[in-house]
Amino acid sequence: MTLIFDPWPWYISGPLIALVLFLLLMVGKNFGMSSNLRTLCTICGAGNSSDFFKFDWKSQRWNLVVVLGAIIGGFIGSQFLSNDLTVAIHPETIENLNTLGFKSAGDSYLPTELFDSSVFTDIKGLLILAIGGLFIGFGARYAGGCTSGHAISGLSNLQWPSLIAVIGFFAGGLTMVHFIFPLIF
Amino acid sequence: MRTLIYLLIGILFGITLIKSEAASWFRVYEMLRFESFHMFGIIGSTVVLGIFIVQSIKRFNITSFYGSPIVFAPKAKSVSRYLFGGFIFGLGWALAGACPGPMFALLGAGFTPILVVLISAVFGTFLYGIIKDKLPH
Repeated sequence: MTLIFDPWPWYISGPLIALVLFLLLMVGKNFGMSSNLRTLCTICGAGNSSDFFKFDWKSQRWNLVVVLGAIIGGFIGSQFLSNDLTVAIHPETIENLNTLGFKSAGDSYLPTELFDSSVFTDIKGLLILAIGGLFIGFGARYAGGCTSGHAISGLSNLQWPSLIAVIGFFAGGLTMVHFIFPLIF
Repeated sequence: MRTLIYLLIGILFGITLIKSEAASWFRVYEMLRFESFHMFGIIGSTVVLGIFIVQSIKRFNITSFYGSPIVFAPKAKSVSRYLFGGFIFGLGWALAGACPGPMFALLGAGFTPILVVLISAVFGTFLYGIIKDKLPH
């Protein structure tokens, strides 16, 4: 049982995500999470501002149900299937994060400096979360997909565009961590 | 019935994201410093198995559970939109430490500040829809 309650190794997790891809294909759907953000825009009435959001969002209801499942799964995984949510990252990563001011590295699931509810009164923390989210939403739609749509669905289907997008994901991520983090933390 | 299947697939996905720590900001940061194989192992093993699954479906003409053909839509040809869009996505992925799937799993896990990321991501998508015709695609 401890195998379930401990963090799952990559060679269990990767195949399980591949199983999610397989099951979605077998029910006639495609694996892609960021398109739900567009659906949410349409539901909020964004069709009045741009034709990009004028589509029958009900055709995407199945994907919103997957999202609802992911929320429930997040609850089950954290509340019932974990003894301890601490993430044991590499000691060098912890040391580096400590020098950047992230004292919670190695002691929590997410940095408390950004994801504790005290962030709601911290302007800098809020800005980081908001700008991060803005780039994720904008970039995912510009690229036509995110980690699930490109890195998993697209690469599995041997799509060159997805490989370019994944190279872009990592180029952006490396730039943020190695060049921009030293300026903002 | 189909709705229940989508829900169960989503639950499996959400549990896996939390338990694999792929939804952890720390794991994303560690990956981008190349200090652990963990995230590369997750993405790599998913893709290797994914290629096997997709190619098998195509080769053996496997139909869905409901008997209909499985259709793969090819991605439109371009370089700029994937490179620029991907780069912007990557900046946000590293900063907020989450991509769209994990955002929802983290919400369920009770990390309410992820709502700021989520709402901003919806707004970012809206912004793209507004200015997309002015961007190189």
